[in-house]
Amino acid sequence: MAKNDLIGGSLWENYSTKVSERMNNPRHRGEISEEEAQALGARLIVADWGAESCGDAVRLYWAVEPKTDRILKARFKSFGCGTAIASSDMMAELSIGKTVDEALKITNIEVEHSLRDSAGTPAIPPQKMHCSVMAYDVIKKAASIYKNVDMSSLAEEEIVCECARVSLSTIQDVIRINDLKTVEAITQYTKAGAFCKSCLHPGGHEKRKYYLVDILRDTRAAMEQETLTAQADGGDFSAKTLIQKHRAIENVLDKSIRPMLASDGGSMEIIDIRENEGAINVYIRYLGACKGCVSSTKGTLQFIENMLHQELAPNIRVLPV
Amino acid sequence: MDRIYLDNNATTITDPRVREALDPYFCRQYGNPNSLHSFGTEVHVAMRLAMDRLYSGIGAGEEDDIIVTSCACEGNNHVLKGVYFDLLRSGPKNEILTSQVEHPCVRNTCAFLEELGAKVIYMPVNADGVIDAAILRRYIHPERTALVSLMWANNETGLVFPVQELGEVCRENGVLFHSDAVQAIGKVPVDVARVPVDFLTFSAHKFHGPKGIGGLFIRRGRKLTPLIHGGEQMGGRRAGTINVAFLVGMGLAMEMAVDNLAYESSAVRALRDRLEDAILEIPDTLVVGKRELRTPNTILASFRGIEGEAMIWDLNANGVAASTGSACASESLEANPTFAAMGISDELAHTSIRFSLSRFSSEAEIEKAAAVIRQSAQRLRAISSTYANGK
Repeated sequence: MAKNDLIGGSLWENYSTKVSERMNNPRHRGEISEEEAQALGARLIVADWGAESCGDAVRLYWAVEPKTDRILKARFKSFGCGTAIASSDMMAELSIGKTVDEALKITNIEVEHSLRDSAGTPAIPPQKMHCSVMAYDVIKKAASIYKNVDMSSLAEEEIVCECARVSLSTIQDVIRINDLKTVEAITQYTKAGAFCKSCLHPGGHEKRKYYLVDILRDTRAAMEQETLTAQADGGDFSAKTLIQKHRAIENVLDKSIRPMLASDGGSMEIIDIRENEGAINVYIRYLGACKGCVSSTKGTLQFIENMLHQELAPNIRVLPV
Repeated sequence: MDRIYLDNNATTITDPRVREALDPYFCRQYGNPNSLHSFGTEVHVAMRLAMDRLYSGIGAGEEDDIIVTSCACEGNNHVLKGVYFDLLRSGPKNEILTSQVEHPCVRNTCAFLEELGAKVIYMPVNADGVIDAAILRRYIHPERTALVSLMWANNETGLVFPVQELGEVCRENGVLFHSDAVQAIGKVPVDVARVPVDFLTFSAHKFHGPKGIGGLFIRRGRKLTPLIHGGEQMGGRRAGTINVAFLVGMGLAMEMAVDNLAYESSAVRALRDRLEDAILEIPDTLVVGKRELRTPNTILASFRGIEGEAMIWDLNANGVAASTGSACASESLEANPTFAAMGISDELAHTSIRFSLSRFSSEAEIEKAAAVIRQSAQRLRAISSTYANGK
C-alpha cells in the first residue's frame, strides 16, 4: 500500500499511448485466407489459444514460406481486453519477417517492451501483464502446428510466473543462493508474482502448476535436509550434534572394529556417549567372546580408541563398563 | 466530445439544487451542532429539516432512529458487526443468513465475522436472480438464525428482491431483518412502515446527493452496538461530528428522490426500455433478468464474443460511460454468482456490461448511446476470435 494505491481506478491511466492506439486501431487485425496464403506461395497456419470462459482468447494467422520457414504475413483476432488486443497486435507485427524458430523466441516481455512509449516506463500496469502472455502462448501453438510437434516439446523450461517469465530453476536458485525465507523476497529478487499474482498461491486469477508458496516450502525443506546431511556425513566432528556423533562413531565401529572382534567370536555395543569438559566419553559394553577377555581392557581398548582418534577426534575416550 | 453517463449505479451526479443547498454550511453556518453557543445551535434548524426529510422519505416513525453514517458500506458493517456483538458472540443464536449476490461490503464483512466464529449461510438465488420467501423459509431457523441480511435491489442486475415477504418470514420466525437499500432509494418505493425491516441502509451519492454520507435506519427498540465509539453524537449510536452540510444535502436529495419516483418508473423506465430494445436488436445479445423485476434504470447486457473491458474501453473512447461486472484485472477470477445462479454460462460472464440511467439521462443521450453501442459491438466483433458471424 502506498499513496498511489489509495485512489483507485487508475488501470487505464497506466497504459502507454502505443497500447491505446493499438487497442483503438490494431494494425494487424483480421484473417489470412487459404487463397491469400497460396498466392504468397506460403502455408497457412491458424492457431487458437485461450477460451471465452477464461476471459481471454486469441487466434493467430501466419503465412509461412515453406522453403525458408519465414513468416511472410501475420494477422490476429482476439476476445480480450485492450491489453490483450494491443499485445496480440504487437506480437503479430514482431513475428513478420522472422523464421518460425526466431518467432518462438518472442516473449511477452519483448511484446511489452515494444509497446512502451519510453524505455523506462512500463506499457501496462502490473495486473495487466498476464494479458500479454497470451501473445507468447499463441506463437508457441502456431509454431507447434507448423512443425507438426506437440506444443510441450517447444517449452525450454518450466515457467512458474508467465508474466515475468521466471522459470522454476531460477526461483529455486534464487532461494538457495540468497537464503530467501519469504514469498515477498522471491518477488523482490525475480519479479515473479509481481504482476497478476496468480503464481503466488492457489486461489488467484488463474490456476497454475506451480505456486511460489509451495516452491519456497519445498526448496527450504530440501535445503534443511542438505544441511543436515552435510553435518552428519562429513566435516567437523566437534560441530555435530550428539546423535550425529553417535552415528559417526557407530560407522567407524562397523567399518573398522566390529569385523575384527567378530573374527574372534566377539562384539561390542555403545551404552552411552557423554560430553564432559571437552572430552567425549564413549561408554561401551563387550559382547560374546570379548566379555572378560584380558585384552579387552588393554590392547583392544587402545586399538578402538586410536581408531576413533584417527577417524574422528582426538578427545574421544572409550570407557568399558 | 459530449460524454454520456450511464453508470448511475456506481454513483450519480449531485443534483445542482443539492449542491446549492449545502453551500451555506461551509463558511457561514459552520458551527458544531453539539456546541452550546449560537454557532452550534443555529444549524439545528437545517439539520432537523434534513432529518424530517430522511424520516418521511423512507416512512420511518418518530420513535425509530436514522443515524447518519459515512455511506451504506459503513451502515452494513455496523449492522452485521453490531448483531455479532449483541447476539452471535454470546449465543445461542449463531447464524447470519445472506445471499450469494450481495455487495462486497456485506459479503466481505460476513467473511470477516466467519473468521471470528460466526456461521454465515450464503443462500443461492432463484432462477429469477433473487431470494424469495420459499428459499428463505428453507434456511431460516427461529433458534439458530440471528439476522437475515438481504439487499433490496441488486447493484449489477437491478433485480428487486421481494422484501415485503422476506421481512414477514423473518418476523414470523422472530429473526432480525436487515436490508441494504442502496440501489433502491429513488428507484422503487422504500417504505419501512410497510416492510418489516429492523435495519435499513442507504448512501446519498446513489440518489444525487453528495458522496461520503449515508443513513442507517434502526427500528424502535432494536439494540445495536456502535461501530464507532467516541462522543455523544447520534444519541451515542455513532460518534463523530456530523457533516452538517452533507446531511442537509442528503435530506434534500432524499426528498427529491421520493418526489421523482413516478418520473423514475415512467420516464426513466421508458428510456431504459428504449436502450434495452436497441441493445437486443443487435444479434447475439441478452439482458439479465425480467424487465418487470428490475429497478427502472438498470440493464445488465451481454454481447457474445466481446470481452467486457474491451467494450467499456471502446464505449469510453466514444464518450459513453458504462461498467463491467467481470474484472479482467482483478486478482481473483471467480464466476459471477448471479450469472451462475441464473444458469448463464461462464463464457458470457466476461461479456457483461451494465448500463444504469438516472433522471438526468435524456432522450438524445440514449439515442446516441444506442448508436455508439451498436458501433462498438460491430468493431469488436470484427476483431473477435470467438465470434463466428463477425463478418
